[in-house]
Amino acid sequence: MARSSDRSPGATGTPDAVDSTEVTDGSDVVGDPLRPSDHYDSAAPAEAAGGPGGSGGGITQPRLGPVGYLRFFWRQLTSMKTALFLLMLLAVAAIPGSLVPQRTSDPNGVVQYRADHPDLFPVLDKLGVFDTYSSPWFSAVYLLLFISLIGCIIPRTKHHFEALRARPPRTPARLSRLAGYRSVTLETGGGAVGDDLDPASAVQAARAQLKRAGYRTEVFGDSVSAERGYLRETGNLVFHSALVGVLLTVGIGGGFGYTGQRVVVEGQTFTNALVSYDSFNPGRWFSDSQLSPYNVTLDRFRTTYEESNTDALGQPTDYTADVTTRTQGGDPEKAQIKVNSPLSIGGSNVYLLGNGYAVDVTVTAPDGSEPFTDTIPFLPQDANLTSQGVVKVPDGLADQIGMIGFFYPSAVETGDGSGILASSYPDLLNPVLSLNVYDGDLKLDDGVPQSVYSLKTDGMTEIAGAGADGGQKALQLKPGETVDLPNGLGTITFNDVKRFASLDVHHDPSQVWVLLFAGLTFAGLLTALFVPRRRVWVKASSTGTGLRLEYAGLARGEDPTLERAVGEIVRTHLTTLGVPADAARAASRPGSTSNDVGDGGAAAPRGGRRITS
Amino acid sequence: MTADLAYYSLVAVYSAMAIYTISFVAFALDLAKRSGDAQQAAASSAAAAPARASLSKGAQGGSTIVLDRTAAVTGSADAPRASSGRRASKFERVATSLMVLGLLVHVASVVMRGIAAGRVPWANMFEFSLTGTAIIVGVYLLVKLFVDVSFLGAYVMGLNLILLAIGTVNYYVAVSPLQPALQSAWLVIHVLVAIVGTGFFAIAAGLSVAQLIQTKREQAKLANLRFMETLPAADRLEDLAYRVALVGFVLWTFTLIAGAVWAERAWGRYWGWDTKEVWTFIIWVLYAGYIHARATRGWRGARSSWLSIIGFAAVMFNFSIVNVFFKGLHAYSGL
Repeated sequence: MARSSDRSPGATGTPDAVDSTEVTDGSDVVGDPLRPSDHYDSAAPAEAAGGPGGSGGGITQPRLGPVGYLRFFWRQLTSMKTALFLLMLLAVAAIPGSLVPQRTSDPNGVVQYRADHPDLFPVLDKLGVFDTYSSPWFSAVYLLLFISLIGCIIPRTKHHFEALRARPPRTPARLSRLAGYRSVTLETGGGAVGDDLDPASAVQAARAQLKRAGYRTEVFGDSVSAERGYLRETGNLVFHSALVGVLLTVGIGGGFGYTGQRVVVEGQTFTNALVSYDSFNPGRWFSDSQLSPYNVTLDRFRTTYEESNTDALGQPTDYTADVTTRTQGGDPEKAQIKVNSPLSIGGSNVYLLGNGYAVDVTVTAPDGSEPFTDTIPFLPQDANLTSQGVVKVPDGLADQIGMIGFFYPSAVETGDGSGILASSYPDLLNPVLSLNVYDGDLKLDDGVPQSVYSLKTDGMTEIAGAGADGGQKALQLKPGETVDLPNGLGTITFNDVKRFASLDVHHDPSQVWVLLFAGLTFAGLLTALFVPRRRVWVKASSTGTGLRLEYAGLARGEDPTLERAVGEIVRTHLTTLGVPADAARAASRPGSTSNDVGDGGAAAPRGGRRITS
Repeated sequence: MTADLAYYSLVAVYSAMAIYTISFVAFALDLAKRSGDAQQAAASSAAAAPARASLSKGAQGGSTIVLDRTAAVTGSADAPRASSGRRASKFERVATSLMVLGLLVHVASVVMRGIAAGRVPWANMFEFSLTGTAIIVGVYLLVKLFVDVSFLGAYVMGLNLILLAIGTVNYYVAVSPLQPALQSAWLVIHVLVAIVGTGFFAIAAGLSVAQLIQTKREQAKLANLRFMETLPAADRLEDLAYRVALVGFVLWTFTLIAGAVWAERAWGRYWGWDTKEVWTFIIWVLYAGYIHARATRGWRGARSSWLSIIGFAAVMFNFSIVNVFFKGLHAYSGL
């Protein structure tokens, strides 16, 4: 971090001393933003960074004590070069996470990757690339970056508070070295200067004008020193502090939230309690009491598919979940959940993230009992909602059976004569349920958790389907139909087909804060980049026969419009002093060469009054 | 109606591409002509030098205004100023006119596509290319209003033709309605701002490339590139590139924030390291690095400009490779 010692000693000295240093002309330690020592706008250090007593020269290594080393590393960490390096490293470190699936956003992709690359997977997994954004190396980069950032912000904020109270610096002795320098000599033909053309009043006029333009001004003798654009540094600090704010709120605030998923079939009710979630990811500081009691009943799930545009037949154009909600002690309320419009209830948001078909089947044993009746969500496999699901009947029949089902909302034969079905449209035009039946041990008693969406068929015998002995084809049913199970096991009835909605419940109390800090980031960025910080000086001196005015500016940071701004100040100031507008405009141009010397004698109107010579 | 409009839109795209192609050739001819101009200027510079010196000598003294002789001063307002700009060549004027004409046809195509679809025309890769390229040309013409960047014409036309041709030929899709996830006002805001930001990044990258070539030439490593003499000096180009990239960076920051807000509405989380999110973040970090590099001693100049070029390469990567080959939630951008 730039300490004041990085500056040339002349910068703080008398105006003469200021004049003697080219780079730091008109700069002062208090007024300048405190920048890292390798910032472009900081004065070049006279010597390479060395420890106490280090005479530099690059030959003798300076001896550093522990404190010296700490200071050295701190300086290194908070330098521009390090920040730049860490930024680049952050960009590079983020890349792997886009190349391989991430556990957080695409867990199935990770499983697939493991199956596809059995040799590579363990290596990459050790490196943590499947959790790139919570991996130690990625965390190390951004944490170092933010430490570096904080190390820069704190001293700089302190310094800026002081600068905000400071007065503009002294006027440099020789303005001609500075940006946008212009000098104008006002002469009244005869010689004597009118009392309103003395240096002091010209300077007062300049000061008033600069004040109006938002400059902070200070008069030094017959000159005025003005500075504006403190907002630039304020914006800069707000931007960087808000970034820290975003990181903190994301990192800490996220721990108080939770997300949960639940598949709800039409007619079912979801209650906001841990047990009723299909999956649940609590934040680090989550407690059960955070789940406010409410329930949501999915009354109806409506879909709209494109029907007229032949290029997009069957493309979904709308999903709407009609729900009834009940909060504790409240009356039931009707509501709608759509993809881009979640339901806000009980401090959480309920999002509609997926949908599909659920089949309602009943398995009847030969004795008339019904060992299985349920509505099972089938997961969509393609755009026309060919869906797959599993029916497991562990008890009540002669054997344990499992069924892998395919549901085709608009079944058509694939046309190759094999009888294989496919779905041609996502809506229910010709719903058909096809079941492959397996007989054997479902292994549900092992205590090993199993997915309700998959069936382990090893150790089971296919008794209906393509692989069944005896040519027993897969069972095919339309809604309302009943068919016999093979081997006299019983019957199965396809009662009905319903829609399910996959709901995500999110609660993230930090979200508002993240948005607030993001907004501050944006506002800070705008002011930091587009508010110019500049100094302007106007100096007046008497030439005996007239008044010599000098104008100059100094950019503090990027300031592409400085020249123009000084020109504008010249023009306005001269106009105030009574110079005709066109002459003022001519004189305000950079490098204008109006050296015409008047012949004197004649009096001309100026500012409504006459100047006599 | 829809099909007709979409068809006319497509006809307009191909017409625009034809006009752009001629414009591109004319810009290329202009660059070639600049080489000759530079040689001529070099030949006559010996004569011009003393005159210029006396001019600047006069300027050193500042100006004197005699208050009671307004007429004399008025005359000086029209005093000849040292003109740094060279007159646009005939090729360049033709090229720019064709570019404007091409843009008009192009915009007509975009508008017809939008009317045909009954929504904003940037909901899939083809439409994104169609609208994005129009905006790149628009941003170029906008910047040209303020600064003479006509030397970038060939670059802009070349880039534009490539993107537009790939988008139209390889990724054309018939008009289709919006998927539920895209039905949001944020589609208008988030995507449009992203495209405009991309336009500014494109111009900035072109300026940075010009700057790098100019730097090499100024170091006499590429002295035979005479046409570069008609371009601004390297530091001026760097300054321009930086200012254009800044606008792009601000727009990109907004894109990032708006995207997060939309993601919260549509997907239930504001940030989930989806591949597109990752690359948008990477681009943001790269340009943040570029801005810091310019403020770092030892990095200002050619070194920082490389970051601007890398940043734009990442933008193109994000738009092309990430869209087509990477799996992610943004994948329904409809190839």
